[in-house]
Amino acid sequence: MATTTIDPVNVRGGLRRRLSRVLYQHPRLRLALLLGGPIVWLLVAYVGSLVALLVTSLYHYQTDPTGLVPRLVTSPSTTNYQRVLDAGVYRTVAFRTIGAALSVTVIDLLIALPVAFYMAKIARPWARRALVVAVTMPLWAGYLVKGYAWRAMLDPAGGVLHEVFGHSPGFGLSGTVVTLSYLWLPYMIIPIYAGLERLPNSLLEASTDLGAKAGRTFARIVLPQLRPSIVAGSIFTFALTLGDFYMAQIVGGTTQFIGNIVYREFSANLPFAAAYATLPIVVMIVYLALARSSGALEEL
Amino acid sequence: MYMSRAARYVLATFTTLVLLVLYFPILYIARLSINKARSYAWPPQGFTLQWWRAASHATGPRDALFRSLETALLASAIALVLGTLASFALTRYRFFGHNAVSFIAVLPIALPGIVTGIALNSGYHRVGINLSLFTLVVAHATFCIVIVYNNVAARLRRLAPSLEEASADLGADIFQTFGYITFPLMRSALLAGGLLAFALSFDEIVVTTFTAGSGFETLPLWIFNNMFRPNNLPLVNVVATVVVVLSIIPVYLAQRLSDGALGASGR
Repeated sequence: MATTTIDPVNVRGGLRRRLSRVLYQHPRLRLALLLGGPIVWLLVAYVGSLVALLVTSLYHYQTDPTGLVPRLVTSPSTTNYQRVLDAGVYRTVAFRTIGAALSVTVIDLLIALPVAFYMAKIARPWARRALVVAVTMPLWAGYLVKGYAWRAMLDPAGGVLHEVFGHSPGFGLSGTVVTLSYLWLPYMIIPIYAGLERLPNSLLEASTDLGAKAGRTFARIVLPQLRPSIVAGSIFTFALTLGDFYMAQIVGGTTQFIGNIVYREFSANLPFAAAYATLPIVVMIVYLALARSSGALEEL
Repeated sequence: MYMSRAARYVLATFTTLVLLVLYFPILYIARLSINKARSYAWPPQGFTLQWWRAASHATGPRDALFRSLETALLASAIALVLGTLASFALTRYRFFGHNAVSFIAVLPIALPGIVTGIALNSGYHRVGINLSLFTLVVAHATFCIVIVYNNVAARLRRLAPSLEEASADLGADIFQTFGYITFPLMRSALLAGGLLAFALSFDEIVVTTFTAGSGFETLPLWIFNNMFRPNNLPLVNVVATVVVVLSIIPVYLAQRLSDGALGASGR
């Protein structure tokens, strides 16, 4: 920085100087230049596509009188949505997926609470930082690789679980829930850890001084304070499970989630796939709205 | 709060167990990549480097590796530019639609990957663009923007405005202030954001499924397409190990650079 000298004589001249002055005097122009690129990109590439998808979901295929060639009808109708609501199989799959998302969230919460508590309140400060790194790292270590690893471990024929513990949930819904819980666990631990770290120890000590045992302090002091962190973590575990379809394919046997149906219908009947894919969006919007009211979104 | 020694011990043991479970699957695959037996059955048998040798000669994994690297590099480069611009706009200015913009930026990772995937796919289809490297890079860049944005915005919020003001007071123009003051201070955040974006793109498969052209296999897609073929399992183990190493190194570096700002907002 010391090498920068600004020549006072030439302060007025130079294209860069003039450009700088214009920018300096027009904050709105600065903003437009900064925001233009990202906004155009996100609106054109992403929001545009989302809208296109929604529009597509209003199309439907109609079989012509010969019953051979399906014809795409582009006048908007709610045919696909009707089908989602009416056909039992799609309802079943939707409930199964939401149920799995809730199970994964609860399992992860039950595992994450004690781990995060240990990390934030019991471990020594140097260990704390190492633990955060240790918990975060596996998140990035190959989503598909971890799925494949669980396929190897869950296999009833020779997998680790069966050979070492004598029992494996095998390939199916429970195997998928186990694998997804494993995959998203760090997403639950980290926000809860962050929440606990912010929680002053004095509050816990005050509770103890007033005669509360550990369990009571946890239920009455820690949990209520942690609510936003828990909600933040659950957004990840819930949303990621809701949209997943690879794990059902890898460790789920014949288990089907919303994503699997969408994936299957995608090439055969895109309008229907689009309509069915709005289901997780709607569920997530409801979930996020609930989360917003609890003030958890600032945690993300 | 007061906790008995036993309670502390139980919590410590539980945490250790959870960490073991977190790492076991990853280490198990790495171990299998040097396993003599072809199957993934427990227990592993013997050591050999033959699968690594075979994998280094196989064209499938190598092509997939280059495609993945190409995609991740291009996508993170685009995300770096757009994410940085967005973070300046959103941290330094208040404007109409401020919240809407930050909401839209988070959407690509907040919505399920399958929604992003089929939306982009049908978007391309509508405009008449054939799937290719280009469409894949656009898709990856879209969900990587927010990663860079998070890292850079966190740094910008912590930067004291007085430094830039002092620079301006001393006569520096906007570009000089950026070049001499702001950029050096945010460099490590940029690097961290870029590395994370790279790792995220390198590992991504759901959006990839819908936005890569047919026959354009990235490394994760290659793993998926081969894991159900018993004969290819040894190669899958090697490739999987490579994927883990190549995504964990950038994340480890990013973690060191981002002064712990790397939170749960991974994807």
